[in-house]
Amino acid sequence: MIRVDEKGFYGKFGGAYIPEMLHPNIEELRENYEAIVATKEFQDEFQSLLRDFVGRPTPLYFAKRMSEKYGAKIYFKREDLCHTGAHKINNTIGQIILAKKLGKKRIIAETGAGQHGVATATVCALMGMDCIVYMGELDIQRQRPNVERMRILGAKVVPATSGSKTLKDATNEAMRAWINDPVGTHYIIGSVVGPHPYPEMVARFQSVISEEIKWQLKEKEGKENPDLVIACVGGGSNAAGAFYHYYNTPEVRLIAAEAAGLGVTSGKSAATTALGTPGILHGSKTLLMQTEDGQVIEPHSISAGLDYPGIGPVHAHLFDIGRGEFVAVEDEDAMKAGIELSRMEGIIPAIETAHAIHALNLIEYSKDDVIVINLSGRGDKDLDTYIKWGGY
Amino acid sequence: MNRIHYLFNTKKERVLSIYFTAGFPKLEDTLPTMEAIQAGGADIIEIGVPYSDPIADGPTIQDSNLIALENGMSLKKLFDQLVGFRAKIHVPVVLMGYLNPIMQFGMEEFCKKCKEVGIDGLILPDLPMQQYLEDYKTLFDSYGLVNTFLISPATNEKRIREIDSHTNGFIYMVSSNSITGAKTGISEEQIAYFERVQAMNLKNPRLIGFGISDAESFSTASKYGNGAIIGSAFIKTVKNSSNLDADIQQYIQSVIN
Repeated sequence: MIRVDEKGFYGKFGGAYIPEMLHPNIEELRENYEAIVATKEFQDEFQSLLRDFVGRPTPLYFAKRMSEKYGAKIYFKREDLCHTGAHKINNTIGQIILAKKLGKKRIIAETGAGQHGVATATVCALMGMDCIVYMGELDIQRQRPNVERMRILGAKVVPATSGSKTLKDATNEAMRAWINDPVGTHYIIGSVVGPHPYPEMVARFQSVISEEIKWQLKEKEGKENPDLVIACVGGGSNAAGAFYHYYNTPEVRLIAAEAAGLGVTSGKSAATTALGTPGILHGSKTLLMQTEDGQVIEPHSISAGLDYPGIGPVHAHLFDIGRGEFVAVEDEDAMKAGIELSRMEGIIPAIETAHAIHALNLIEYSKDDVIVINLSGRGDKDLDTYIKWGGY
Repeated sequence: MNRIHYLFNTKKERVLSIYFTAGFPKLEDTLPTMEAIQAGGADIIEIGVPYSDPIADGPTIQDSNLIALENGMSLKKLFDQLVGFRAKIHVPVVLMGYLNPIMQFGMEEFCKKCKEVGIDGLILPDLPMQQYLEDYKTLFDSYGLVNTFLISPATNEKRIREIDSHTNGFIYMVSSNSITGAKTGISEEQIAYFERVQAMNLKNPRLIGFGISDAESFSTASKYGNGAIIGSAFIKTVKNSSNLDADIQQYIQSVIN
């Protein structure tokens, strides 16, 4: 069985390696979240917001032209059609309701490309809560439109100026900010990373993705289980959501597309399972890109959302036990896959998502196979990157 | 007897622990810094093992970590530097470090090296008590290493009692809900927290850290605990020092006198 144990571990990975100053926050969350999430009141509010505000269920779309080209039955789970443009909002809706029930007044979040920041700023506006988003100084320069979207929504964007000034450092800053206000603040982590119970909690809020895939596929194919599910993995929240209800169905192959950057061995990569070793980052034990001295290595990916040196502990576990198949997709191939999807199906994907599309070229399958690709986000935010790359 | 136990058996008041980052400001400054801290009159030396992602630390210590890493500091290098330091240093020495670099070095090998060179205790801020008890307590004990836990204003009484029962050295009282170097001076709210903990009559001595920077804050902290820990303010002192030995001694003298 793949599930988190009572101490917060998935096999060897997970746990809550946090300074004592954060212990009360994490305990409060751990003790209360399952009970709160199980209440009818929570579920009613969560489900109605997912339906009326986010726009769920998102379609499961049969991609006819790509199916012909690749020789399989390819479906897209259209998370790119969620309000704010990506799956990220499924989690922020869940956590903001939880934060309110816990009596929190102020929300903090980290963001890389800005998608999680925008999703957090959006739900804070919805609930009338103060919102502070930590973002690497470099990412602020690279992702100007998302910074302005957050500001329009009323959030304060605080630059993380330490280290490499990207997502890892924004996460450090958010954790430090949480230490500085442990009572009034809730920290909305955007991926299946961080100390227990975050990885499982975020995965559960995202699990609506595979929950819908099951009944939608039943309607279209007469069976709940595809042969393969493909998703991109940075921290791994969209993959966790797309895999969740298939973890313990071994006949469904789970394919995770990591960012190889300029090439796995180029020194400019974010392919965590290919390059990582067990270590501790941001409160959990997981696979981590690090030097032999245990210093965290700066990752590289053309996609800011995959530019993270670790991976959610559940994915480290899937890799470790061989339940997940991990492929590494280079920048150039991802960009080309993005253009291919645009031209063949009329969908411009986020560059993160484009990594999952290219995975079709890296794995074996047969022509009767039903493949569901999680289309985690749309490409609007990446126009600048597409334009600079120019290969279209 | 472990030097930490000996210290607190013989000195109950105004115990001063000084934190510095190994390999900062220069790679080879580790030992001269330790000698100057001892000569200046501090009671405990806390050596920080630099890490790329120190989440409990503010900008001053983050910067010192980064510079130390750029200088080439690592645990391996640090243990090389520490060989033979006990010929000159008699005060207790503790290593403060985040878990990941130690895990990569190998926990048992780390403990063995600590014992070999003469380290007395450890402060590992991201090692939670439960994990310590389950995975590392036996190991630390077998190498004679005293483990130190932190408590903060948010730590409840039950948890403080639990920490006290599993501590056999001293408790590191974080003075406010903050990261290192974030606040200076001591507020009434903090005093209330110090008094609350003082009234609990814990079995372990308490050193108060975070926000202690000068004679005044050291004296206040010493009123409510057995002494204090200074980190960020010390790092600032050495950062631009042109005469490390003299500046360190002068700074420590200014705090304790």
